[in-house]
Amino acid sequence: MIELSDVHKSFGNVEVLKGITASVQKGEVVCVIGPSGSGKSTILRCINGLESYDRGEISIEGLKVHRDAPTIVEIRTQVSMVFQRFNLFPHRTALENVVEGPLFVKQEPRAEAYERGRALLARVGLAEKADVHPPQLSGGQQQRVAIARALAMQPKAILFDEPTSALDPELVGDVLGVMRKLADEGMTMVVVTHEMGFARDVADRVLFIDGGVIVEQGPAKALLNQPQHPRTQDFLRRVLHPL
Amino acid sequence: MKGFWRDAAEFFPILMNGVALTIIVTIGSLLLSTALGLIWAMMRVSGIKALAMLSASMINLIRGIPIIVLLFYLYFVMPDLGVTLSALQAAILGLGIAYSAYQAENFRAGIEAIDKGQIEAAQSIGMGWWLTMRRVVLPQAVRIVLPPYGNVMIMMLKDSSQASTITVAELALQGKLIASSTFKNTNVFTLVALMYLTMSIPLILLVRHFEKRAGKK
Repeated sequence: MIELSDVHKSFGNVEVLKGITASVQKGEVVCVIGPSGSGKSTILRCINGLESYDRGEISIEGLKVHRDAPTIVEIRTQVSMVFQRFNLFPHRTALENVVEGPLFVKQEPRAEAYERGRALLARVGLAEKADVHPPQLSGGQQQRVAIARALAMQPKAILFDEPTSALDPELVGDVLGVMRKLADEGMTMVVVTHEMGFARDVADRVLFIDGGVIVEQGPAKALLNQPQHPRTQDFLRRVLHPL
Repeated sequence: MKGFWRDAAEFFPILMNGVALTIIVTIGSLLLSTALGLIWAMMRVSGIKALAMLSASMINLIRGIPIIVLLFYLYFVMPDLGVTLSALQAAILGLGIAYSAYQAENFRAGIEAIDKGQIEAAQSIGMGWWLTMRRVVLPQAVRIVLPPYGNVMIMMLKDSSQASTITVAELALQGKLIASSTFKNTNVFTLVALMYLTMSIPLILLVRHFEKRAGKK
């Protein structure tokens, strides 16, 4: 469904992606792990067209991703994104955040959009927070509203950019619980994460990225339990046993 | 003091005619400067280099010319070019154009203060540039922009007196006319100053209210 072929991306003189080739099948959950600055988030941002890429090709169901092409709107309505810092619209209530895309981008009828918006908030356990503004919500609640907002576009896939990194540890579970439910329902997901437990339990495949290249990839449990590459082994040792 | 109140009662109705024109000039030029300022600001943040450069040039050009010269140009020079404006039209146009530069910089600062993540979130649900501006950026920028906008309103109210230089009989000119025919300079101009102050104080309180509200957010 999502294809990346030899994708290169530089910021100034720094080459962040040095030829990424990967694919994500429909219904698959792929976790992208790796050290900070390795290019994980940049991959997601390129898939969604928030960043342009210099070389190679990214396509979604055959539609080439090009940041400045008119097709980018269609791509973004098919592939939603959930951000590390939630990025909810603070001047709108939780429900208004959720219906914003369906109402103004997809031009859905108002009653229908609101009805589905309420159902989505209920689905992420926040039915009673529909009329609350984001600053009055906890980080975990905000992230769940952000997931509902992404789902409201009825996307074919969702990209998660370190969705739990900005949360208090005790709130991480709620967000991961919602994501696990989505995965169980067959949603195609690409998740940049440091949550190795989530990757092991929920992901079908894991990509380990370092220095802008995919160092190792494979089935989640195999890669996380028995990494083959020395760099992957070193990374996982440091992450899983920091002391 | 008794003399002052007697003069005040006598001149008040004439000065009120001036107040009416002062308010018309202020509101007219405020609306024009807001619309123009928004256009300059949008061009500046559009991401289109030619538009941004054109806007920056216009802003610098406008900022570099004194308001009074702009007024003279519109009222005295434009007829030579075949465009004749009434004094009131020239005043509104001149003050509106002059203040559009300051409004534009104010609006631009407000727009650029919005977190980049907000724009990315809007883009990620398929919003284009204009929809992002309309639904996400501008509603949030308004809160940031309101306190300086209130200050501009106060400055415009006072600067509307410059319209007197092109014969708009607003408050300052009415005062000058009365003073020159009665020689009661102290009483007349004290009254004029008090009338400007009476109009400014609600605006000053409004700015304070905006600032408090912005501070709470």
